[in-house]
Amino acid sequence: MIYIALKMLTGDRGKYFGILFGLTIASFLITQQMAIFVGLMTRTYGFITDSGLADVWVMDPKVQFIDDIKPIQDTQLLRVRGVQGVDWAVPLYKGILKARLDNGNFQACNVVGLDDATLIGGPAAMVEGRLEDLRSADGIVVDEDGAAGKLAKRNSKGMPVPLRVGNSVELNDHRAVVVGICRVSRTFQSQPVIYTTYTRATTFAPMERKLLSFIQVKAKPGTSPKQLATRITAKTGLAAYTKPEFEDLTISYFMKYTGIPKNFGFAVILGFLVGTAIAGMMFYNFTLENLKYFAALKAMGATNLTLLVMVVVQALLVGGIGFGLGTGAAAIFGKLLGGSELAFRLPWQVLLGTAGAIAVISTFAALLSLWKVVRLEPAVVFKG
Amino acid sequence: MPVATDLAVRLDGVTKTYGSGDAKVVALRGVDLEVRAGELMMLVGPSGCGKTTLISVVAGILNQDDGECLVFGQNVHAMKDRERVLFRGRNVGFVFQSFNLIPTLTAAENVAVPLLILGTPRREAIRRATETLDRVGIGERGGSLPSQLSGGQQQRVAIARSLVHGPRLIVCDEPTSALDHQTGHKVLELLRDVALADGRSLIIVTHDARIFSFADRIAKMDDGRIVEIVTPSELK
Repeated sequence: MIYIALKMLTGDRGKYFGILFGLTIASFLITQQMAIFVGLMTRTYGFITDSGLADVWVMDPKVQFIDDIKPIQDTQLLRVRGVQGVDWAVPLYKGILKARLDNGNFQACNVVGLDDATLIGGPAAMVEGRLEDLRSADGIVVDEDGAAGKLAKRNSKGMPVPLRVGNSVELNDHRAVVVGICRVSRTFQSQPVIYTTYTRATTFAPMERKLLSFIQVKAKPGTSPKQLATRITAKTGLAAYTKPEFEDLTISYFMKYTGIPKNFGFAVILGFLVGTAIAGMMFYNFTLENLKYFAALKAMGATNLTLLVMVVVQALLVGGIGFGLGTGAAAIFGKLLGGSELAFRLPWQVLLGTAGAIAVISTFAALLSLWKVVRLEPAVVFKG
Repeated sequence: MPVATDLAVRLDGVTKTYGSGDAKVVALRGVDLEVRAGELMMLVGPSGCGKTTLISVVAGILNQDDGECLVFGQNVHAMKDRERVLFRGRNVGFVFQSFNLIPTLTAAENVAVPLLILGTPRREAIRRATETLDRVGIGERGGSLPSQLSGGQQQRVAIARSLVHGPRLIVCDEPTSALDHQTGHKVLELLRDVALADGRSLIIVTHDARIFSFADRIAKMDDGRIVEIVTPSELK
């Protein structure tokens, strides 16, 4: 009877493709919006992810997320180094400074000052030049998107010419020389990222009493980062988070204080409702139109269970194909726009979420239909 | 299992009422009827006289309110739901007024449906369906969709579907109403020749006086009762 169910479903191409279309659109919208949401949220802590060596991040207790800079005194570094279980601790400057462009405009840049001695916290990948070249006079390393985009120079025709090694830029009225181009995770603000040494960064930055943004700490072998963070907080009064905790703190801030989750949540719900409305109702109508055939099957000896299995198989088939087509289309969408400013990340959890949503839509549609089929009196077959 | 008996169907004081209160409609008012094995019984009468209700009760797809309905000696309405459904699947064949062929299945697949319901493997079911289509004279149209067949051919497919699983009772609801006179005549000839073979019983509900001559007996109904049972030659 499953064969009959499938032929009933796929035999009418128009209705079959209509139901599939609805589920595919729903699956695509849900996957695409969730993937963009995840992509955006991932960008919020991209800088933490890129700084891979540190186990613990130490900062002012009032800091709420990675870009919420509340500098602490340089002397705090020494106090942290004195805490038991600390293998090493290095300073990190992070701040927004203005770069002056050729045309006289200013571009806000995310300037990161790395520990002069170790350069810990630097970019994960160098595209051109070497990170060690930061030790040369006025040296900076610029991220490739910023170098080719917002910080690009203009030729005589006004066309953008990417910053190259050897070019110089003006950072907060200080000359800086590009010694390398790096690749970093895109940040939430999408500002160009400029790496330099901690000491040089503090000279680029406006004069302030406190300039140390974060202290990156490595735990000694055998010391749990979580325990170390607790100990640092107890000893110094500073906030200390393990890397995952700091990522969670940052995401939590964006989830709580920005409208992003709500906006994307509405889009996901919209996709869900569109899918339910189109696919659910089309599937329901499909069952209604086939009700007299179900009644005939019932009269001819098909049990309720047989008919239920038929409807469920039909729902599972369109649900499965719709899910596959929709998520496939979303994956292609993400692939085609990969590398652009569009945030798109498709972890398995998103696919699982979409599968769950499509399962709910299909189940809803099937349940509506099943209700009709189960209550169906086979005697209606004689009603013309 | 059906009990071996000369009587295919015996109804004794069967009543059926739809609705309640002001909307109450009495469809059957104590119907007594016997249909013998190998007999073609026609139920005739004006619209609303209870013919369709009566064959629904006989076919085991509608419960009577009172009275007894024995099909092959079995009290179908005393059976549990699942038992009754299985009994129906094995022993009753249906021919519907509007054919009720599933439009997305080929003729052979439509005919195979009762076998598939009974759990016959698909390949075997299609083979037997094709043989049955041959018996009703349209074996070459087994791969056609219902929409590619004429009304007469569709009714032949429906007849083949009612026969394919070898039921002992076939109930037909207005089998010729959607057909022209000539085609209707041929369909009835076919039903007589093929369906009545092997001692099957046939109950046909009809308004079509042109086919009365095919019946062994004709039960005339009016207002929920059988008022007269006659042979075609006795019919005025």
